[in-house]
Amino acid sequence: MSTLSLRGIVRQFGPLRVIHGIDLDIAQGEFVVFVGPSGCGKSTLLRIIAGLDQPNGGQITIDGRDVTGTRAAERGLAMVFQSYALYPHMTVRQNLAFGLENQRMAKEEVARRVAEAARMLQIEHLLARKPGQLSGGQRQRVAIGRTVTREPGIFLFDEPLSNLDAELRVQMRVELTALHKRLQATMIYVTHDQTEAMTMADRIVVLRAGRIEQQGSPLELYNRPANKFVAGFIGSPRMNFLDGQAVGGRSVAFEGLPNLDIPAARETTEGEAVTLGVRPEHLAFTDGAGLPGTVDIVEQMGGESYIYVTLANEARLTVRRPGQTQLHAGEPVRVAIDGAAHLFGRGDDEHAITPRRLP
Amino acid sequence: MIRFLTRRRGGARADWTDWFARIYLLIGLLVMFGPVAWLALSSFKTQTALQEFPPSLLPMGQKQVALPGTERPLPVFLVPQPDGVAQERVMVRRVGLEGQFVDPADPARRIERARLTAVTPVRELHFAIENYIEPLKQFNFTRFLGNSLFVTIVSTAITLLINAMCAFALSKYEFRGRDGIFIFILSTLMIPITVVLVPAFLIVTGLGLGNSLWGVILPPAATPTGVFLLRQYMLTIPDELMDAARMDHASEWRLFWRIILPLAAPALAVLAIFSVVWRWNDFLWPLIVLNRQENFTLQLGLAAFQGELQTQWHYLLAMTVVTLLPVTLVFAFLQKYITTGIASSGMK
Repeated sequence: MSTLSLRGIVRQFGPLRVIHGIDLDIAQGEFVVFVGPSGCGKSTLLRIIAGLDQPNGGQITIDGRDVTGTRAAERGLAMVFQSYALYPHMTVRQNLAFGLENQRMAKEEVARRVAEAARMLQIEHLLARKPGQLSGGQRQRVAIGRTVTREPGIFLFDEPLSNLDAELRVQMRVELTALHKRLQATMIYVTHDQTEAMTMADRIVVLRAGRIEQQGSPLELYNRPANKFVAGFIGSPRMNFLDGQAVGGRSVAFEGLPNLDIPAARETTEGEAVTLGVRPEHLAFTDGAGLPGTVDIVEQMGGESYIYVTLANEARLTVRRPGQTQLHAGEPVRVAIDGAAHLFGRGDDEHAITPRRLP
Repeated sequence: MIRFLTRRRGGARADWTDWFARIYLLIGLLVMFGPVAWLALSSFKTQTALQEFPPSLLPMGQKQVALPGTERPLPVFLVPQPDGVAQERVMVRRVGLEGQFVDPADPARRIERARLTAVTPVRELHFAIENYIEPLKQFNFTRFLGNSLFVTIVSTAITLLINAMCAFALSKYEFRGRDGIFIFILSTLMIPITVVLVPAFLIVTGLGLGNSLWGVILPPAATPTGVFLLRQYMLTIPDELMDAARMDHASEWRLFWRIILPLAAPALAVLAIFSVVWRWNDFLWPLIVLNRQENFTLQLGLAAFQGELQTQWHYLLAMTVVTLLPVTLVFAFLQKYITTGIASSGMK
């Protein structure tokens, strides 16, 4: 269990700067998830924390100790790799013990830790096998077991679930959360999947193009996205966006559609270009005033339904309703906001306009 | 085996392509294996049998019988008897154009006389084992064999180690001039060995390694082929494994020793085979470095049988077979790696 802090971390490959001065503090026992689209620098940042990559500037401290120039081996961290990176020529037992043997640990202690990790991850019956004889999920457990035996200050995970099938991914997600509870360890987890981030994180750090866009608890990010990027990235299906203009300090005008009253528009100047953001679950069909459109496609999930609607001005909306729906493709509908709406600036700065929420 | 040989392309009856393939393969077998088989069979022939014309495939020799009271075994002939049937008789003496023969079953009974043109020698399969025993005893061939083994094994071990280290650095580390160094190493492949023979010899004598087995072992230990082969293979080992090992407190040396070397085993096996064959068959370089007979390798020893005036074919053939054996064994046991090696490097 360790704390970590990053100060002004910069990384560039040649003239290309991929990490732009990141500041971050991670508390003891926290489960932090770095999330962002491909190429946002999240894996690079993790490798810099691990010591596998050196930053071009900035400072990394672990438990108050400056480790910026320290080699990976001496930082006391352990990492699960995307490809698992199990040593193919060693048995599972040797894989688990390799890191401990490198530290010249006593044989009995190595055996004890390997046995304990194997029991915890239920891979005891696999100890004599080679990684090639294991299924994806089993390899994943061994890779996690390898970090558990090390009893590291911080666990690092680099997209560990991306090679698993959907069902196994859900199961491993639960197990990882349980593991975190049991070990009370500091964990840093990198993923591009916002569902993993939402379900596991104590705190989510959203990265884009080497910068932190927003950080906070999953619900903070969901309820109060700081900008359009975070709003679009967190939540599934994706938030709906409609481009419009602020009118009269209280409503937003859309081309070819009736105006909508949005309290957030109080903060805008007359005629300012804004984007309205509404999550699919915060839309409903109405008989009264609403945005007119036609149903495109209906997806019945049983427990809930997704209805894709094309509005009168050709803009598209996704509506998510609980239960099953009687709507059919081609039916005319009226869509109204039934919950939170967000308003964002447009252009270079797509920040959220306060107050951020309805009602 | 039978199943393998009668395997067909598919269908109930053998297609013409099956027959074509079999005939083609049979011709290939004769062309490739025939000379080797003839060499092995001829190595068991006596010196006289070797000079026979027309030559025989099997090691045939005249049947000889040891009689009591005679020093050496005596040759056996078919001698026509008065009743017209030819019988086996031992020639005890030769007088002019006639021979004196006795019955091997009862040598004391009587002596028969017959003209040499009337009798025919009795031939039988005879393996001249002495072709093998004598050179191994007299000509110090066990010593040559030992030298060759020492050179081959030590040289291969050194080759594997330093080539693997070089390939590791060239494939897994990034440093300025890495590609330049690699291309430079590869470009030495373009220089024929005959060009560097004299300078290499001068260096070896300068280091005091002239006429020593180490002079044969060390100069060819680092091979561009080996570096190339191992580097290309090591490039396929994922870097994440190295990162994982680094996270696991492994030092760079341990990384090489415990992760890279075991994973590069197939490539190392290929290089080991190549190196064994190269060093074992090497003739020119040992010939130049070694000039005292006790340091000779097998190949030099073999050359010693070929004199300016006379060649001792029977010894030469027998010792050639001895020389072929280890390489054949290496090929037999490691052929799986050889095919992958040739496929991956395009060299042989």
